[in-house]
Amino acid sequence: MLLNEKCCEKCRHDEDRPCPRWADCRTASPLCHDDEQCAAKRREGVERLLRRRMDRPAVFIGTGTCGLGAGAGKTLAAVRTFLQEHTLDADVVEVGCIGLCAAEPILDVQMPGRARVSFQQVTADKVPALLEAVFAGSIPTDDVLGQHGGNGLETWADVPRIDEHPFFAPQTRWVLANCGLVDPASIDEYIAHGGYAALGTIIRAKTPREICEMVLASGLRGRGGGGFPTGRKWLFAMETPAEQKYLICNADEGDPGAFMDRAVIEGDPHRLLEGMAVAAYAIGATKAYVYIRAEYPLAIRRLKDAIRQAKAYGLLGHNILDSGFNLEIVIKQGAGAFVCGEETALIQSIEGKRGMPRPRPPFPAVAGLFGKPTIINNVETLANVPAIAARGAEWFAAVGTESSKGTKVFALSGKVERTGLVEVAMGTKLRQIIFDIGGGIPGGLAFKAVQIGGPSGGCIPSQHLDIEIDYESLKTVGAMMGSGGLVVMDEKTCMVDLAKFFMDFIQRESCGKCIPCREGTRRMLEILSRITRARRNESGADALHRFKGVMYLDRLAEVIKDTSLCGLGQTAPNPVLSTLRWFRDEYEAHIYERRCPAGVCTELLQYTIDADACKGCTLCARKCPTGAIMGAVKSPHYIVPDKCIGCGTCVEVCKFNAVKVS
Amino acid sequence: MIQTDIDSILDKHPNAGRDALIPILQEIQEAHGYLSKDAVLRVGQRLNLPASKIYGVATFYNQFRFQPVGKFHIQVCRGTACHVKGSAAVLEALKRELKIDAGQTSRDGLFSLEVVACIGACGLAPVICVDGEFHAKLAADDVKGVLDEYRGKANNSDAA
Repeated sequence: MLLNEKCCEKCRHDEDRPCPRWADCRTASPLCHDDEQCAAKRREGVERLLRRRMDRPAVFIGTGTCGLGAGAGKTLAAVRTFLQEHTLDADVVEVGCIGLCAAEPILDVQMPGRARVSFQQVTADKVPALLEAVFAGSIPTDDVLGQHGGNGLETWADVPRIDEHPFFAPQTRWVLANCGLVDPASIDEYIAHGGYAALGTIIRAKTPREICEMVLASGLRGRGGGGFPTGRKWLFAMETPAEQKYLICNADEGDPGAFMDRAVIEGDPHRLLEGMAVAAYAIGATKAYVYIRAEYPLAIRRLKDAIRQAKAYGLLGHNILDSGFNLEIVIKQGAGAFVCGEETALIQSIEGKRGMPRPRPPFPAVAGLFGKPTIINNVETLANVPAIAARGAEWFAAVGTESSKGTKVFALSGKVERTGLVEVAMGTKLRQIIFDIGGGIPGGLAFKAVQIGGPSGGCIPSQHLDIEIDYESLKTVGAMMGSGGLVVMDEKTCMVDLAKFFMDFIQRESCGKCIPCREGTRRMLEILSRITRARRNESGADALHRFKGVMYLDRLAEVIKDTSLCGLGQTAPNPVLSTLRWFRDEYEAHIYERRCPAGVCTELLQYTIDADACKGCTLCARKCPTGAIMGAVKSPHYIVPDKCIGCGTCVEVCKFNAVKVS
Repeated sequence: MIQTDIDSILDKHPNAGRDALIPILQEIQEAHGYLSKDAVLRVGQRLNLPASKIYGVATFYNQFRFQPVGKFHIQVCRGTACHVKGSAAVLEALKRELKIDAGQTSRDGLFSLEVVACIGACGLAPVICVDGEFHAKLAADDVKGVLDEYRGKANNSDAA
């Protein structure tokens, strides 16, 4: 039975007159009439949705974008084929991402009455053997990730618990609580897990001001990067009188290296919708937009489905739960512009214009979209709201540090053993995230730095790994929270190259409105490019320019910081400043010795051919774009250093590994 | 033919104002793969906007293209995680193998190449995405195999 269906004839609630305590009525027992049978039926429905009671086994496959990338689509097809061939009856459920991207595709199996077990790296070829074993009642231990417990089901002997897995054990999963566990396409499962109950209570029993103050008291701060107290922002909008106000959810996750918003929408879209509904009620908005990247097609689809379901249940739309509160949520697809993460630029984009920021004040909370008061919150911020609404501000504020409360989701990627989404309490040490949860650096290489906060953030070297993460502590080491991308780098990453990469990104994404950002970032990129270039055909004037540029780099960075209009420009020099601060020696090696210690900047590398290993196949000579390789057939070749541009093609094509790089 | 397509998309947005511009352009690109000159002019007539303004908006955003795409559209992720894991080499290999630059379409019309900021699959870096299908943890050497897979598909569909 679906939760919005009537339990029996006596039920008096319909779309026009929904039950005021909707969630309780649907999950505990009917409130409009007293009937033990109906109550039992309701409770049984919830038990089934929570999968405490099952008639047949269930197979769960993580088909978020990362899962699909690792081959979950083929695994899913293999599961369906297996069930069909063996004429087995089982539920096949597509879930979101549990966060451990490195172990994808992840497949869970739950037998009736037993604990659910997760398996890792289940590629299509492993499916038949695995399912056969589990359906026969034994758990193959090779690929097992762990079993889920805690809901009174019989556990498997000799199978480790997933919450004791080193990746999951140190985490505090609030925003990601349901991700990878529930069916994101089912609103019923979200409700059975306690969803939408808080929304019902709030719009019936609390005033908008009370909610704003509750969120303020909880200490929730904007998770998109700025860290502005969410409650205070809401109060601004709430106190501004207007006939129309807007709420915008910023899901334009432009930071390269961050993907938590995508995972939340793909894995638990209703959490976001509930958060949006509470926020909209608090500020008095009746129309809300989700500004989401067009690069996230799956997230858009899941969100569309979720909105449709919530509307059908009367949890969105006109006169929500008979409270007189209306909310329409519209999806707007972003068209790919990093600067649209900036509030005023995002508003311009929704209005159909070029996404260029404008000066503030007036702040969007006073005059935003179409000139009306508008609140813009990030996905993760809004996804925190339902839990605060359900459990109260004190519960939320009990976790975290002095100034930053609650948890933060980090997207851990780069040179780390276990990549994925990590949600930890504020104040957790970086070292714990990278080495305990992430499992350290693969291949026995040394840790060099971690980049946090995307192109606006900075690099944190190993001597500062023991800082406790919160908004303030990161600033003291020249980084910022940003949206929470953590890219780990080992000794084989060149910091100058990384700074160049970010400058290249920023100068391409600069909207071009104000000069310091438009011209300044370009000049900075030029300076960095000159540093990483070899001394070929370089005149005296070129060499002079190169040094002059380096000398001015610091000052230019400060000017851009001080005089840019928006956040993009003000933070644009951060990658350069932070690498310069912590890795000056690498810059100096590039500048004075024309040497790249990490061996990344190809132009600075010296290529030679090992005469003993070279068989004279002439392949490299033919592929060399500048004709720098000389030699006769079947005799060793050599590279003319003056002609070599260091592209590395010869290394890639050589079948005998005869080309040496130094 | 194309004219009527564009009209039918425009008809879905009655009384459209400026804020409908980007969604309309997105729908047209979804249907045709790119924004043609005709399409831009037609949208301008309907929305009562000069073509220059529409070009202004369309060129601002990375998503819009003004040239037809190939049969298979390749998106190369150049996010931070992919960069650290060597996506530059993958991009170079693709360019060399297809003999085109980013933003172009190969001579045989099979492949077009696009560089995107981040696909959001950082845990699987480096990633490329071909017509919505992800290829994860690629090395430069794997590129030829991936392309051959699609070349094979193209041949099969031609034969059928």
